[in-house]
Amino acid sequence: MPSESTRTNHGPVGADTLIEIDHVSFGYEPGRNVLNDISMRFGRGQVTAILGGSGCGKTTLLRLIGGVHRVDQGSVRVDAEAIDTRNAEQLFRLRRRLGMLFQFGALFTDLSVFENVAFPLREHTDLDDAMIRDIVLMKLNAVGLRGAAMLRIAEISGGMGRRVALARAIALDPELLLYDEPFTGLDPIAMGVTANLIRKLNDALGATSLIVSHDVQECFEICDYAYIMAAPGVVIAHGRPDELNASADPQVRQFIRGEPDGPVPFHYPAPPLAQDLGLGA
Amino acid sequence: MSRKGIETLVGGFVLLGIVALVFLALKAANLSSFSGDETYTLLAKFDNIGGLKVRSPVRSAGVTVGRVESIALDPKTYQGVVRLDVKKSVQFPADSSARILTSGLLGDQYVGLEAGADEKNFAPGDTIKQTQSAVVLESLISQFLFNKAADAGSTPAAPAPATNGGKK
Amino acid sequence: MNWLAAIGRFALGSLRALGHHAFFFWELMRTLPTSLRRPYFAVAQVHALGNLSLLVILSSGLAVGFVLALQTYYALATYGAADSVGLVVNLSLVRELGPVVTALLFAGRAGTSLTAEIGLMKAGEQLAAMELMAVDPKSRVLAPRFLGGIVAMPILALLFSAIGILGAYVVGVLMIGLDAGNFWSIMENGVDVRRDLGNGIIKSIVFGVICSFVAVYQGYEAKATPEGVARATTRTVVISSLTVLMVDFVLTALMFSTR
Repeated sequence: MPSESTRTNHGPVGADTLIEIDHVSFGYEPGRNVLNDISMRFGRGQVTAILGGSGCGKTTLLRLIGGVHRVDQGSVRVDAEAIDTRNAEQLFRLRRRLGMLFQFGALFTDLSVFENVAFPLREHTDLDDAMIRDIVLMKLNAVGLRGAAMLRIAEISGGMGRRVALARAIALDPELLLYDEPFTGLDPIAMGVTANLIRKLNDALGATSLIVSHDVQECFEICDYAYIMAAPGVVIAHGRPDELNASADPQVRQFIRGEPDGPVPFHYPAPPLAQDLGLGA
Repeated sequence: MSRKGIETLVGGFVLLGIVALVFLALKAANLSSFSGDETYTLLAKFDNIGGLKVRSPVRSAGVTVGRVESIALDPKTYQGVVRLDVKKSVQFPADSSARILTSGLLGDQYVGLEAGADEKNFAPGDTIKQTQSAVVLESLISQFLFNKAADAGSTPAAPAPATNGGKK
Repeated sequence: MNWLAAIGRFALGSLRALGHHAFFFWELMRTLPTSLRRPYFAVAQVHALGNLSLLVILSSGLAVGFVLALQTYYALATYGAADSVGLVVNLSLVRELGPVVTALLFAGRAGTSLTAEIGLMKAGEQLAAMELMAVDPKSRVLAPRFLGGIVAMPILALLFSAIGILGAYVVGVLMIGLDAGNFWSIMENGVDVRRDLGNGIIKSIVFGVICSFVAVYQGYEAKATPEGVARATTRTVVISSLTVLMVDFVLTALMFSTR
């Protein structure tokens, strides 16, 4: 357990911490760590972005916060309480407070739009049908899809599906919202709508939002704080969007500006071209 | 598909299953002929029970009146002891006999009860005294061969007194 | 010595797989009480697995009844025992063909759909989403399907046998011209409710457990790719069928041995 003196500032100053990632290491297979001794802090009531290229462990981080896997080293603390994946009762309490938006929606394809949003209400509350109907319609209204309530999942577009998934994620008014690549594969309008919704919902619900994404521009427009990660599961920078934009770190600059070559090389490691083509000695 | 619709269809499915079960049990099996009737026990001892099995029928005049409940070996007399469950509505005189018969040429064996003439009837738990064992094929064959040999043995003896012989 | 090591590895791998199956079965059993609190989901699965299999089962049963009657007639007529066609068909169906053929058809029709559905739900992260919503997917998705299969299978087997006998009646009595009275009475006298029908029902319940469990397990453990799901559905059919046939042999030996 790291003592107070070794804890450096890994997060936003002045914000009350909801989630703390404390020197966490984790790998799906032993010996191949996806996250290497990372530490982060997420402020309550804030929208925090976790940016990074593919394979840097961002999605794994979300799963650890959701209690899906057990960390190999370190601890994940929510509200100062460390997550113990073997404690079913604690996991249940934790998951009741969070809502997660999966990358492609993960909607229940055998149910209608309405039934998808109603699912958490039916499972976790004893509300009668009339109340459930009202709540579902209000949630759909918040994402702008009240008119689509009776459609089947097969009938809606990808962008609409994400919004339905968002409505489902907020059905129980969660305190913590996790977004896994919410902007991937959306057209500019849909992206704008989604970003707008994420910010508005966070403020309206008084919730804390974590966005995992590699879309720097959209995130910087709505987040209060951001972490930039790189493979293999380390944090290379963190700060407010304006701070990160002004950073002089070459890795950070390459990522934020989308430069094709830099600390992350363009070429996959290979022998020299002349050697491959059989020229020279 | 609405919730009520699905529940109705499943109810119909289960009903179909019950109908099939009832059909198979009543029409296509022996449930109706012998079940739930009150029965009383009779014992019968046989030297050889042949191919008699538990749950083989007990018949009188061809009508099924009971079932074989159990078969055991009497360790003292080395006879087969057969327990019969007979319908309470059918009573037999105390001198009735039991034989092990075969239904048809290749059929299953059953216990045939032939009513006697006694005024008193069997009480539950009584033993049937007069029994005839099952016909065992080997005994039949050897008896046949023995008879044949006896016939062949007696006819050569006839010509020995030669001349005034002829048939005796 | 390489083949020795290979055999050893295979044996250990099989043991591990068996243990994994056993753990999964235990987990599934543990979720049954919670899932039974909302019986509608199991009922909906009885519909999906039972009602929607009726066409296949009934038409197969009818066809099998026709063919059995025909074949047994040809065989028995030479001994002058053609009147026993009904009895032979009934015993064949109720003791063996009803439970076994229904199980094989069930594995093919309902088992594969179960595996594919669950595998695709896993691939689409629906099961993970459920878990993160604090809903146990084993209780909400797997257990109702498992129960639905166990309820549907015996009913389907009974229907198969019943309609097979009716089919035999059509061929034997209506078409060939056997005596209707003898047809039913010889059958009635020769078939024992407890021994033949009862054992057949027990068999079909056991087969229901086997087929439903294999289908649900393969779906849940499928790799979340198109090839993964395809391979899982194939495995469902193969494993269900082989297990059913082997267990049938054991059960038949136990149930119908002459005492």
